[in-house]
Amino acid sequence: MPASGSSTSRVPRVFALAGQVLPLLPLQPMLGACIHGIQRRHPQIFDRLGCHATKRYGLDPTDLPFAFLLEPRRVNPTVTAVRSLPRQLDIRITGTLAAFIGLVDGSCDGDALFFSRDIQVEGDMEAAVALRNAIDEAGIDLVAESVAWLGPLAAVAGPILQSVIGAPPGQHRSDPISETGSWN
Amino acid sequence: MELICPAGTPAALRAAVGAGADAVYCGFRDETNARNFPGLNFSHEELRSGIAHAHAHGVKVLVAINTFARAGALDLWRRAVDAAVGAGADALIVADVGVLDYAARRHPDQRLHVSVQAAAANPDAIDFYVKAFGVRRVVLPRVLSVAEIAAIVREVGCETEVFVFGGLCVMEEGRCSLSSYATGQSPNMNGVCSPASHVHYREQDGELISRLGAFTVNKFSAGEPAGYPTLCKGRFQTAHATGYLFEDPVSLDATAMLPALRKAGVTALKIEGRQRGRAYIERVVRNFRTRLAELDDGVPAPLDDLVALTEGQSTTAGAYRKSWR
Amino acid sequence: MQLTLGPVLYNWQPGQWRDFYFRIAEEAPVDVVAIGEVVCSKRSPFFAGHMPAVIERLAACGKQVVLGSLILVSLQRERRQMAELAANTDFMVEANDLSCLGALADRPHAIGPFVNVYNEAAAAYFAGRGARRICLPPELPLDSIRTIATALCDVTTEVFAFGRLPLAISARCYHARLHKLSKDNCRFICEQDPDGLPVATLDGEPFLAMNGVQTMSHACANLLGEAGALAAAGVRALRLSPQQCDMVAVARIFRDVIDGSRTYEDGMRQLSRVYPDVPFANGFVHGEPGAAFIADKAGASLRARRPQAGGAMR
Repeated sequence: MPASGSSTSRVPRVFALAGQVLPLLPLQPMLGACIHGIQRRHPQIFDRLGCHATKRYGLDPTDLPFAFLLEPRRVNPTVTAVRSLPRQLDIRITGTLAAFIGLVDGSCDGDALFFSRDIQVEGDMEAAVALRNAIDEAGIDLVAESVAWLGPLAAVAGPILQSVIGAPPGQHRSDPISETGSWN
Repeated sequence: MELICPAGTPAALRAAVGAGADAVYCGFRDETNARNFPGLNFSHEELRSGIAHAHAHGVKVLVAINTFARAGALDLWRRAVDAAVGAGADALIVADVGVLDYAARRHPDQRLHVSVQAAAANPDAIDFYVKAFGVRRVVLPRVLSVAEIAAIVREVGCETEVFVFGGLCVMEEGRCSLSSYATGQSPNMNGVCSPASHVHYREQDGELISRLGAFTVNKFSAGEPAGYPTLCKGRFQTAHATGYLFEDPVSLDATAMLPALRKAGVTALKIEGRQRGRAYIERVVRNFRTRLAELDDGVPAPLDDLVALTEGQSTTAGAYRKSWR
Repeated sequence: MQLTLGPVLYNWQPGQWRDFYFRIAEEAPVDVVAIGEVVCSKRSPFFAGHMPAVIERLAACGKQVVLGSLILVSLQRERRQMAELAANTDFMVEANDLSCLGALADRPHAIGPFVNVYNEAAAAYFAGRGARRICLPPELPLDSIRTIATALCDVTTEVFAFGRLPLAISARCYHARLHKLSKDNCRFICEQDPDGLPVATLDGEPFLAMNGVQTMSHACANLLGEAGALAAAGVRALRLSPQQCDMVAVARIFRDVIDGSRTYEDGMRQLSRVYPDVPFANGFVHGEPGAAFIADKAGASLRARRPQAGGAMR
């Protein structure tokens, strides 16, 4: 476990178990609405991504029984829920759902999550860094984006979703170590 | 003492302004600045609106044009200088003698700071920049002790700025080609150290292996805090020992040295991390704003533990505390 | 094309140091010899006694002597030493940082490879203040070298062409740190490694060499194959940096290949014999990773000789 000990999943087991048996289809409209909302409200993301917008990002929340395939193309960007990620990926990012959400809404620092091993990155590091920087700049409220398509129900659904996700990791460590090495 | 805070994006600039920065430093989205990372930095238009936002809140903006200009392509650096001046930058942070010379001649009223990349580590070198280009401030390399800094402040004819938090170069900045030896790209030429395009992570037998170019930089066991894949903080072997031969993956935290730095007469304190997220900027800036207020008022304030944000999840006071001297 | 012998960057025994330069003076076909302790000021007292005789011998043998300044100057003692060095008017001083530049202004001097001259504007600035020779930073690619050398025709542009590449300088002594000594009480432990202390990756691949406060490449720069291209680009001197090998032979091989009295292929074969077990590198000048060895323009498929894994661990 990472030193912070804070990456324990907050996703209730019942949700995780339900995800294993339920079809992924109902998730797809929410993801579609979410990515198109982001495309509309934060077009500068694609400028910052530059050439990395054509790459395939695999996002693998360790505490969910499914993963996401993100293709952040300037025209028709998509995010698809999949049971397992395809082999043909440029980048694969692994971490808890809370870490992903924290990265997207800016409440977590990507480097800090990496230092604490709360997230792992494999593949094209340049693309991963570009995505991180582009998203951090945009300041996306992922919960609001995710429930926006529910219309009036969003006000109710937002807090529920937030409680499911839980607090972002890596903010405090339980065993602060002061200066460890001497400068020599 | 002024608090100088990093911003890699307009959102980070707003975060730094909101968290209590006296000045924010940033750079253009190209090889003219030493944090030329994918997805980072400012367009000319973003700089203009960023400066407007900062000035509206009484915060200064310092523009880093601190790589060494590529031979035959000086126009890119000259245009960056002109654009930063035109956007109303409060100071330019410059390392290259050729770029300094241009800025001083073309914009004689523009305030110039010597970048840490210029490696001005003693009063004679600093004096050269003051006399030659009329620079108003020097950012000191992270290789000096507080006593040495105090001696420099007493002697030089310009302000001094020192790093107090964030990434730590153990080699003298601006004079390191370790990155280009392994990747062909360097801080001086390309504004990148250990560029992400040449970094590879691989999980193997429960270890996280990091490679830079053709060389293995480190192997982390499961759960062990990780660091940047910079060569100076890699693990290597010699006939005598294996380990962090140059420096552990640690971050600089000079919080404990703030009273001594103030006594030394330092003008400004700098936080490293233009490549970091808003979460880092906001928390670190707020913490140092609190520390400085505490220093002024003499009233202790609760400490925020920033170690979770740091490389290797540990910190050092670095060369500021040269116990071996 | 001139040949310059760079300063000895390692901590050699004083007697060996003196004899090395005596032999260089008598036998090596080099035009310029840069001399002096540029890495660590703590080492200089050991050579100080031999310095006058060495300089005298070099000058008597027709070598132009250039006195190198420290790369990283931070102590008061070091600043005084540099002021004294700059006050010297008998020999040209090679500035390895900007500390002594104020004192050298408007009189002929050299700029060493540790000063950041990356473009023609910086080079012109230094030339305008009296620089007559500029040895460019080792990481510069050929395009940059050409632009600078052609822009400054009245300055001798020099390129680092042989020897382990100096890659970084620090306030921290890695030799002392490795041997769990403090820098102030280092017992001059770096003298155990007169050719640098081999540093390998965790996979056992030779990578760097430790030299006190300086970090060097494991591979040895070798621009023998690029000498023609560099000359065509306006470069007028090649720097050979002393290693623990027959540097007289190294100088002869470079001289012969440049003069056309020896083939490049034969020169490379000879260099491999003179300095065996260390791979050659020329990546920087080709805009590639500095550790790389790019086959020569003639198409000969020369590969960097890769020692066996762990070979540097001895």
